[in-house]
Amino acid sequence: MITARRLGRDFGLKRVLRDVDFEVPHGGFLLVTGPNGSGKSTLLSLCAGLLAPTAGELAVEADRGEIGYLAHEPLVYRELTALENLDLYGRLYRVPERRERIGMLLERFGLWEARRERVASLSRGTAQRLALCRALLHDPRLLLLDEPYSGLDHAGARLLDDELDSLVGERTFVVATHAPQRVEALATAALSLA
Amino acid sequence: MTYLGDVFALARKDLLLELRSRDTVPAMLLFVVSTLVVFHFALPSDASATAETGLLWVALLFTALLGLVRAFVAEREERVLDGLVLAPCDRSAIWLGKVIGVVAFLVAAEVVALPAYALFFRPVGWELVAAVALADLGLAAVGTLLAAMAAAGRARELLLPVLFLPLVIPIVVGGVGASATDDPGRYLAFLGLYDAVFAILSWASFEYVVTE
Amino acid sequence: MSTSLRNNEHVVLAAAAGCLLLAGTSLAFYWVPNAPVEGFRQRIFYFHVPIALTAYACFGCAAWKAYRLLWTRERRYDLESYTAVHMGVIFGILTLVTGSIWARTSWGHWWVWGSRQLVLFLVLFLFYAAYFMLRYSVEPGPRRANMSAVYTLFGVALIPISFLAIRLAEDLVHPVVFTHDVQNRLTGSQLLTFLVCLAGMLALAGSLYANELTGKRLDARLRELREALQ
Repeated sequence: MITARRLGRDFGLKRVLRDVDFEVPHGGFLLVTGPNGSGKSTLLSLCAGLLAPTAGELAVEADRGEIGYLAHEPLVYRELTALENLDLYGRLYRVPERRERIGMLLERFGLWEARRERVASLSRGTAQRLALCRALLHDPRLLLLDEPYSGLDHAGARLLDDELDSLVGERTFVVATHAPQRVEALATAALSLA
Repeated sequence: MTYLGDVFALARKDLLLELRSRDTVPAMLLFVVSTLVVFHFALPSDASATAETGLLWVALLFTALLGLVRAFVAEREERVLDGLVLAPCDRSAIWLGKVIGVVAFLVAAEVVALPAYALFFRPVGWELVAAVALADLGLAAVGTLLAAMAAAGRARELLLPVLFLPLVIPIVVGGVGASATDDPGRYLAFLGLYDAVFAILSWASFEYVVTE
Repeated sequence: MSTSLRNNEHVVLAAAAGCLLLAGTSLAFYWVPNAPVEGFRQRIFYFHVPIALTAYACFGCAAWKAYRLLWTRERRYDLESYTAVHMGVIFGILTLVTGSIWARTSWGHWWVWGSRQLVLFLVLFLFYAAYFMLRYSVEPGPRRANMSAVYTLFGVALIPISFLAIRLAEDLVHPVVFTHDVQNRLTGSQLLTFLVCLAGMLALAGSLYANELTGKRLDARLRELREALQ
């Protein structure tokens, strides 16, 4: 589903990614590891289509509507409520039966009580759960997750574990993380960015 | 139809955000009225109609700039713009939704500015109102695109005025001409032409400004 | 991409520019007779108008390259478009300077708002100067290339609209409209001189363009090699 050949990306004079090769088949799970500044986030942005490669090739066989992207930032409006944010994204992603799907996700991630609160007043962990809801809202075939566990408390991490377990195999994943232990078992391939 | 649905969802979002935070429109209102007062002191007592009209347009221009500088601030925070760009909707819908919001803010500011102008300087005729309406579309169309460009760079509050002003000189010409001469039709038609050309250009090229 | 002197067609272009400009200057100063009304001062026309037309040509070329960039997404067009805008701005400044000199000699002022050409170039100069500010403020990369291209295309749309605006503004502001007393038809000698100068200016622009582009490409190549060696 994703093929990268000698992929590279510069930001001005700084080369962040250089000569990266990998392939992710349908249903695969690529675990991306590496120290800070090694380009994990950049790699995910490239796969999502937010950035274009400055060297090499990258082919992603998924339309925009089939990609679920989780970044460092939650990508939600701080002054809107959780519900309003998801409603907006639900419309833009043409999610069928939007209300039901949103309700279901909010419940699954324990956000139902907080749904009418502004994102700015949510804790980091709660905001992260909302970001996960946003990424999963349209039931994407390809999931690009950048440090999905960051900020999550124990309960939140368990919810994410369950979600990943249920989706693995049917969906394709690229997950970048500092702490690979949690998802090592699910991975079908690993990429280490030096 | 989903295109328009997207546009309205996005425009609604901007209006909702402004209603909640109330930072942009009140500032624009205050700014435009203060500017008009400053202009009173800057003009000699025998200033002509054209001079007074001209300064009104300058005030409107800079008020628009004030609003536009804030146009993509919410999207810059938390990188929400990336989230919108990733969605399968047409990127130009983001532009159009934003333009609707900007026009709404401008109209809100003008609802106060024009009566204030009539109070402080001279009466406001239908030509001026028509010119302002047409100018709002042009300012919003071009300004939204440039605001998105400036938002991607450093020093965005400085960059936007520099990009904006040369492009909107024709709007000032059209606006002042429509309100201060005997032949407003020509100038209104010119404003319409400007709007058509630059709205289409902005609509078509927004995609390229927010993607790579 | 050869940089050796022998194979370089750019040298031919530079040589042509040199010859044409030399010929054009000589013709303009020594051969062509004085214009009936304006006299000797009119000769700056043979520099001012070709420079202005060359500036337009540069902006047009930049817009074409910009369009190609957006259409094909090939990165080389970014550098080409940027260099063309750079040339356009240089010739634009020269237009303003020669225009100002001509205004001074014709009407006694260094600047006249009544001269449509001059005002148009001022607006364009501001517009394209902002182009450089835009480029400076955004990090190099595909995004900056896209934005520069879009901005350049806006510039091309601005040219006719600004011209219309300036014409309309004349009725507003009531300046005395200053036009140079250029006869509607140029005589044979005048036309020849004009064309030679025009060709020379275009060749000069082309030569400077090629030179700067090569220099920038070498810089980029050098950077790539340095990166590869690390």
